[in-house]
Amino acid sequence: MTDLTKLSLADARKGLADKSFTATELTGAYLSAIEAANPSLNAYVAVTAEQAMAMAKTSDERLASGQGGSLEGIPLGIKDLFATRGVHTQAASHILDGFKPEYESTVTSNLWRDGAVMLGKLNMDEFAMGSSNETSYYGPVVSPFRADGSNANLVPGGSSGGSAAAVAAWLCAGATATDTGGSIRQPAAFTGTVGIKPTYGRCSRWGTVAFASSLDQAGPIARTVEDAALLMTSMAGFDPKDSTSVDMAVPDFAAAVERGVKGLTIGVPREYRMEGMPAEIEKLWKEGLDWLVAEGATVKDISLPHTKYALPAYYIVAPAEASSNLARYDGVKYGLRVSGKDITDMYELTRAAGFGREVKRRIMIGTYVLSAGYFDAYYVKAQKVRTLIKKDFEDAFDAGVDAILTPATPSAAFGIGDEALAADPVAMYLNDVFTVTVNMAGLPGIAVPAGKDAKGLPLGLQLIGKPFDEETLFAAARVIERSAATDFSPKPWW
Amino acid sequence: MSVDAATVKRIARLARIRIEEDQIASYQGELNAILGFVEQLQEVDVEGVEPMTSVTPMTLRRRDDLITDGGYAEKIVSNAPLSEDNFFMVPKVVE
Repeated sequence: MTDLTKLSLADARKGLADKSFTATELTGAYLSAIEAANPSLNAYVAVTAEQAMAMAKTSDERLASGQGGSLEGIPLGIKDLFATRGVHTQAASHILDGFKPEYESTVTSNLWRDGAVMLGKLNMDEFAMGSSNETSYYGPVVSPFRADGSNANLVPGGSSGGSAAAVAAWLCAGATATDTGGSIRQPAAFTGTVGIKPTYGRCSRWGTVAFASSLDQAGPIARTVEDAALLMTSMAGFDPKDSTSVDMAVPDFAAAVERGVKGLTIGVPREYRMEGMPAEIEKLWKEGLDWLVAEGATVKDISLPHTKYALPAYYIVAPAEASSNLARYDGVKYGLRVSGKDITDMYELTRAAGFGREVKRRIMIGTYVLSAGYFDAYYVKAQKVRTLIKKDFEDAFDAGVDAILTPATPSAAFGIGDEALAADPVAMYLNDVFTVTVNMAGLPGIAVPAGKDAKGLPLGLQLIGKPFDEETLFAAARVIERSAATDFSPKPWW
Repeated sequence: MSVDAATVKRIARLARIRIEEDQIASYQGELNAILGFVEQLQEVDVEGVEPMTSVTPMTLRRRDDLITDGGYAEKIVSNAPLSEDNFFMVPKVVE
């Protein structure tokens, strides 16, 4: 029998529909793969084997009676940021020790409604704050990829590092992830997987642990563009419980995948050609454009003049919102409590023990920029710059651009415990330089694997779309995926 | 702008995060590195630019002011480190 875990999500759907195998067999295969691989990769922080088998059994019954939903029997991994009823939900933080919510997030509810099976909760940077998955309370996720001829462990990217690693290493058919500044697209690029951050408002934020509410969006990570489209169609949708959820019909994204790019205008922003950009990234970008042109697209040089200010503005807006959102962790309502001599002492000791260094650093920056006397100089200024960043994109789209092509990351994956990055928080933040603009403007962005660096590590390209035009991104990403015609799967060493 | 040691202590207090004396210098260095990085925003001309309040062109939805949920206090406190009779328990705050 073929290894069921190696099937794409789309092929697993077909196999279940024509009874080549059962959902129970498929789920069993993934649970065995997780058991064998997780001690090496650390992608899952909780495996819900019993629940998974029960859900798979229900799926088999529904499939047998012809009642199956669009994801019936498909085993998924869920980022630890999504509330899952009665199941480990800690945002990979110590401060949420033992938290098992009484409710289910809207995004995961949508997936279960359509028949998907939960394998467990995936590791991530603590509270989604990081670009390497090294800030997790549960330790770093190890990438399934290694450089040619090397045994050194690499990062899978972050914050959705567990999601990306699990998808790439065949430990789930697809995964949920979230993206505040690049947390879906950067790990997807590092692991040869496809990740899309939809337009702000497309997916409900209800039941997802909040980091920076005006930037956070959920999306899928999957092994193919089509798989990502299938997951996106299920995850998205209007939700009255999220006041920023957009009341708009969800298209069948999978139907757009093979639409092609004939007649589309692809923008190339000159500001993304950074000084010191590695030649292989430059080459990849050019190749991607050639592929799109070969299929009938036109390339247009554009300018997004405020690009360089997106990252500094982000490091005001995101920590400010985080400092407010994370005020709720006080040792009273849930999670960790460290006793003190009075209530303030208890708050301070609980938060000192419960939050990791990166989270504390961001809460403190956020507290500072929102404090009396600094609010206008920092926060209001950053929100004005954000208006300008959004206008840059609007001008490009008004001038006839349908989508924008950029590199997804400035480099391939780096090593775990990289000393230069550990010593300088700003150097780590630069990982998100190509992705963060998209969050600031609320736009959709997709990362698709397009090539490899000299050491055989995956490199991704990013496509940025108009608000609520994810369909064009899926279509263009599919052209890149098909044209690259490269096997982006890791060579198992675990 | 940069922060001094006293400001780091003040921010930590506002954020309700205990920072020991021997950690202040390292936090000060890290915060100043980030503040130094965001300093470049000063060169952007934002004259007449409105600060963004909503990234999508929408007005915040409102709902009717009706009770639509509730009645399960035991679920609300089920994850509390310490609770009694469906109340959260905290150290005494009023003498």
